[in-house]
Amino acid sequence: MIASLRSNFVRYLPLLILAAAWEIAARFELVSTTALPPLSDVVRSWVELLLDGDLVRNSAASLFRIAAGLGLSVIIGTIIGIGMAWWKPVNILIAPIVEVLYPVPKSALIPVTVIWLGYGDGSKILLIFLGCMVPVTIGAFNGARASEQVLVWSARSMGAGKLRVLWDVVAPGALPELLNGIRTAVALSFILLVSAELIAAQKGFGFLIGSLGAGGSYSAMYAVVLTVAFLGFAADRAYLMIAKRTLAWREAA
Amino acid sequence: MQSMPPNASTGEPLNGLPEKAARLAVNLMRAFARVFSILVLLAAWQWLSQSGTFTPYQLPSFTAVVGRIWDDATTGDLAINAGLTLYRALAGFAICAVLGIAIGMAMSRSVIANWFFDPIISVGFPMPKIAFLPVIILWLGVYDTAKITMIVFDGIFPVIAATVIGIQGVEKELIWSARNMGASKYEVLRHVVLPAASPQIITGLQVALPLSLIVTVVAEMLMGGYGLGGAMMQAAHFANSTSVFAGIVEIAVIGYVLIKAMALVRRRLLVWHPEANAPATA
Repeated sequence: MIASLRSNFVRYLPLLILAAAWEIAARFELVSTTALPPLSDVVRSWVELLLDGDLVRNSAASLFRIAAGLGLSVIIGTIIGIGMAWWKPVNILIAPIVEVLYPVPKSALIPVTVIWLGYGDGSKILLIFLGCMVPVTIGAFNGARASEQVLVWSARSMGAGKLRVLWDVVAPGALPELLNGIRTAVALSFILLVSAELIAAQKGFGFLIGSLGAGGSYSAMYAVVLTVAFLGFAADRAYLMIAKRTLAWREAA
Repeated sequence: MQSMPPNASTGEPLNGLPEKAARLAVNLMRAFARVFSILVLLAAWQWLSQSGTFTPYQLPSFTAVVGRIWDDATTGDLAINAGLTLYRALAGFAICAVLGIAIGMAMSRSVIANWFFDPIISVGFPMPKIAFLPVIILWLGVYDTAKITMIVFDGIFPVIAATVIGIQGVEKELIWSARNMGASKYEVLRHVVLPAASPQIITGLQVALPLSLIVTVVAEMLMGGYGLGGAMMQAAHFANSTSVFAGIVEIAVIGYVLIKAMALVRRRLLVWHPEANAPATA
């Protein structure tokens, strides 16, 4: 217990060193404190933002957008991806479109989503949905395509119907690749959300960062930037834990 | 009816040329299907825009967008904007590649470098670094230095991570043999470790390239100035949606070409490698 605490301390010491360097550089005004307010001021601003409700309100708006966009993309992307692997005609018709959409930098769609759906939730959800659907679809497709033919045949010969095979054999087999694709999508959803909110929004993290920066309250701006960065990191770690648990049946086998 | 003369070597009738022809037919079908579904998509766009369901502001017609791209190309705007976007994305990507591989190599060679960078990479990789864009503006302004710094900040993490993982995965026997045969540490690195790790490293670069493009576009949109992203924002401010759509098509084409080019480079560089195929993405 103590030993693991100590090894964790040694492991993450560099981050503490960076934080200390930040505080010292700003405190002793080695750099302009406008450009880099001391870390302790940033922490104070964070508490203020939290208490007056600004942070909570904007976080809730952003997290709702991510949940909605990501949720939609996971459902529809999985269906399309497995469909592509399972029915040839779907593959032949949709694969070229996925192949063309895959390399498009999705951030280019930000102005269009605003033209279509305005400054509110809709445009962000649409952007996240469109952007995240591609990695989910590709993950589901690669996973389902690689499902072992022997397993499919055995299930069929034991009398399982096509849909039953799809649900009991192909879908679990596709899971590792699919979960990998969703992990990419989670990271992408944060990037797209913050970009879209920085460019055109009336609430959310990006909006808050932009308006605090424009108002010159830089320590508060840093506080929100670090909050978003931390949430993105925490989302990835939480996702990894869930994914590991979901795949536990594979490791046991 | 005259029957076909049997093939001398196999005794099979000659009428089939079976396998080759079948493969050719399948490839032709695929190519046709590919062109076909893209054409259907474009036709649907054109039809939707003219059906009156949407205003031209919401959905300008495909032909109008192509016309706008043509206009931009003839006035030279396209060359300036696309050139600047490409320059920023590729400059940022090149710095990510060089610096990322160097840091990754340092991490796998030195315990101290590894101790220092490892937590920074593992915490920094999954962070949405784009949130730091206003901070970068505060520090470096809105010109190329700031834009390229933002690209490097975002794109370098996958390169470092891939380099470290790639070098870790190099078989110890390869290194031992080379050392045993008298290779210096530098020679081992240059001729054994780097080539053996290169599939992983290139995969990391293949993650960093689209990321660089995404960030380039966002940085240009927020920081303004010339470049496809800036031009799109300008057009959006003037409710000029034809130009916004033209920008999307232009950026999409650049993204497509760059990523296909990267896949080609991978195949060229890894011809010698048993796993000479591209990674399992579409």
